Amino acid sequence: MEIPYTTDVRPDTGLTNPKLGIWMFLASEVMLFGSLFSAYALLRSGDVFWPDQSAVVSVPLATLNTIVLISSSVTMVLAWVALGSGRATVADEPFESRAARIGRFRIFMGLTLALGAVFLGIKAFEYSDKLSHGLMPATNNFLGLYFTMTGLHALHVVGGMMVNAYLLGPGTRLWTMDPRRFANRIEVAGIYWHFVDVVWIFLFPVLYLL
Amino acid sequence: MTPLSGRSARPMRFILRSLASTDHKVIGLMYAVTSLFFLLVGFALVILIRWQLAYPGEPLPLVGELLGVANTPGGIVLPEFYNQLGAMHGTIMVFLGVVPLAVGAFGNYIVPLQIGAAEMAFPRLNLASYWFYLAGGLVMLSSFVVPGGAANNGWTSYAPLSDLAPGMGQTMWLVGMLFIIFSSLLGALNFITTIIQLRAPGLTWFRLPFFVWAQFVTSFLLLLAFPALQAAAILQAMDRLAGTSFFLPTGLAVAGQPLAVAGGGNALLWQHLFWFLGHPEVYVLILPAMGIVAEVVTNNTRKPLWGYRLMVYSVFVLGFLSFIVWAHHMFLTGMGTSVSAFFQATTMIISIPSVVILSSLVLSLYGGSIRFSTPMLFALAFLPMFGLGGLTGLPLGLAATDIPLHDTNYVVAHFHYLVAPGTIFALFAGIYYWFPRVTGRTMNDTLGRIHFVGSLICMNVIFMPMFIQGLAGVNRRLWDGGESYAHAQNVLALNIPMAHAAFALAFFQLFFIVNLVLSAIRGRPADGNPWRSTTLEWSAAGAPVRAFRGPYEYSVPGATTDFSPQGEQ
Repeated sequence: MEIPYTTDVRPDTGLTNPKLGIWMFLASEVMLFGSLFSAYALLRSGDVFWPDQSAVVSVPLATLNTIVLISSSVTMVLAWVALGSGRATVADEPFESRAARIGRFRIFMGLTLALGAVFLGIKAFEYSDKLSHGLMPATNNFLGLYFTMTGLHALHVVGGMMVNAYLLGPGTRLWTMDPRRFANRIEVAGIYWHFVDVVWIFLFPVLYLL
Repeated sequence: MTPLSGRSARPMRFILRSLASTDHKVIGLMYAVTSLFFLLVGFALVILIRWQLAYPGEPLPLVGELLGVANTPGGIVLPEFYNQLGAMHGTIMVFLGVVPLAVGAFGNYIVPLQIGAAEMAFPRLNLASYWFYLAGGLVMLSSFVVPGGAANNGWTSYAPLSDLAPGMGQTMWLVGMLFIIFSSLLGALNFITTIIQLRAPGLTWFRLPFFVWAQFVTSFLLLLAFPALQAAAILQAMDRLAGTSFFLPTGLAVAGQPLAVAGGGNALLWQHLFWFLGHPEVYVLILPAMGIVAEVVTNNTRKPLWGYRLMVYSVFVLGFLSFIVWAHHMFLTGMGTSVSAFFQATTMIISIPSVVILSSLVLSLYGGSIRFSTPMLFALAFLPMFGLGGLTGLPLGLAATDIPLHDTNYVVAHFHYLVAPGTIFALFAGIYYWFPRVTGRTMNDTLGRIHFVGSLICMNVIFMPMFIQGLAGVNRRLWDGGESYAHAQNVLALNIPMAHAAFALAFFQLFFIVNLVLSAIRGRPADGNPWRSTTLEWSAAGAPVRAFRGPYEYSVPGATTDFSPQGEQ
């Protein structure tokens, strides 16, 4: 059964189904992380012994990680641009041109995945450093929130990487059949990936700098 | 056309095939069957509760020996087990029974048909949503048999009690909730996308049936309110498993011993996060019910819905305001009078759109030639019952009157009037009404009427005395029903008729179950539109769908029939 507007834009709403769906999903995610940030604000403002955060966590490593994650967002956009940004005319291009596009896509998507892995590697190093110094989630509520919030964020990075890995591997088959639909998938995965990036951009100042 | 016609000779294969189907009708039916099962489980738990309250400490007849020595030694309900029954009754009824039936079943089956869509926008996500719901339900059910039993901290799981509760029950409750939340998140974004994107040609926004509007706003509530409980469940899981103290304040002592935790937490944080979900959740329970009643009332009065646009605007105002009333559940916590004043004000304001919707439904009856069909009887009973539940909520929304009534049986009566003879009656109306659409057969009218009269009387005998007990100051969640309190003595005797009414209510549900099963197999065959309805779900299947007019064009002057279907020119 053919479901309309999976690839084409519905004229009166100006949207495809997947794009609307991912924005709705992200609205829900905003409420999830928003609740955790609210919990942070309430616990911190009500606690008399809040530790000096930047003395506990590593600001240089987190700065590096911020750069890594923002770079991965840039390569994600470039992967989508390489596929023609979802333009309908791509399907009419000659074979060589389309082969060059998927080649460039593979490079940028590979870079996105690699940068995601670097981010998780640095995060894992930070965690093991804390734990080896006896700094556990149970030590105080700052560390508890630090592990909970960055842990949940890291899970979102892992989820995004799984989707990206699928799109780089078996998912590319769709490119030969329906290039526009494939490019739309990259765009939707990209919207999610940028959101994960934005969450980190809030986590970084709140947990490391303030 | 119907999924039932695809039944193979081997039932196991039929079940397995249904569990893997991405057809919105099959998923809707699976939601219906599963949620009706959970409603039955939740009801069975409350039967035990009512026995215990009427005859505290006396052995349970028939089932007493079957529930395990750890729970009911010699057939007597232990206080620990009583707490499990209470907590799980609430959890199962709200999260596994009513919401999945109202949204998962009716929403999945009816919404695509009413908007003329061939399928939901994301069929595979839809199936995933059902699987997460089923997994959450199975986790909740299996928690009864783990050591220490199921969660026993009330359906609200207030910290620090729930943080420190021994055993695995509470942790399983948290895991189950995370599954259910993920399920409703996937369902909600699917409904929103489907309603925005897949409306049939000609079906403009103000030609949508009110039921679709109600589901639309409900989906936004699920999408945006549930994540707060998701966050709370994650934080509480950290408290229980990783030893953090998000909900454990400094200096907390248990049994005279200070707790060996870092402290610095805030028990009210749980309440804020829980009720940020909890109050919109109330409207998740109510809005689809109002939607069903609007469909049934217009169809059986043969009149347009009174104030259709006003109702649509009201349902949006209701949805928005439901996000800023949550702390009226917390007047007793000492948040401060200025915070209380804010939430009192918003609570009084939210009653306005609720009254507008209910009044519109009542006014829709005026001047109609009413057909007293079985679905209409349930819809008609919904109106006063829901009104009673709503009006008795006003004293709970004002701090001065809430403080003596908080946590008494009055509160229990208030929200049960909204949900039991309110929402559940509307859901019954929906089942009787849409049954011919699903099976091609009509449910038996005589059995339906017995079911209706019995349920209406029994529900009132159960819930009305709770108001009296609550006003006398009897608290909810008491294992002995208040026997050990002097102020409860005058109203204790009421527990006995309440218990017997609960047993009778169970008996009358048998008429429904028998009717449901027998009518599905051998009910009177119905034509494509047995209620002579206007909305698109009754249009001939297979034909390309197009809408030509508004949803409730009944008794249009000059028309040849008293109904002008949306899908016919």
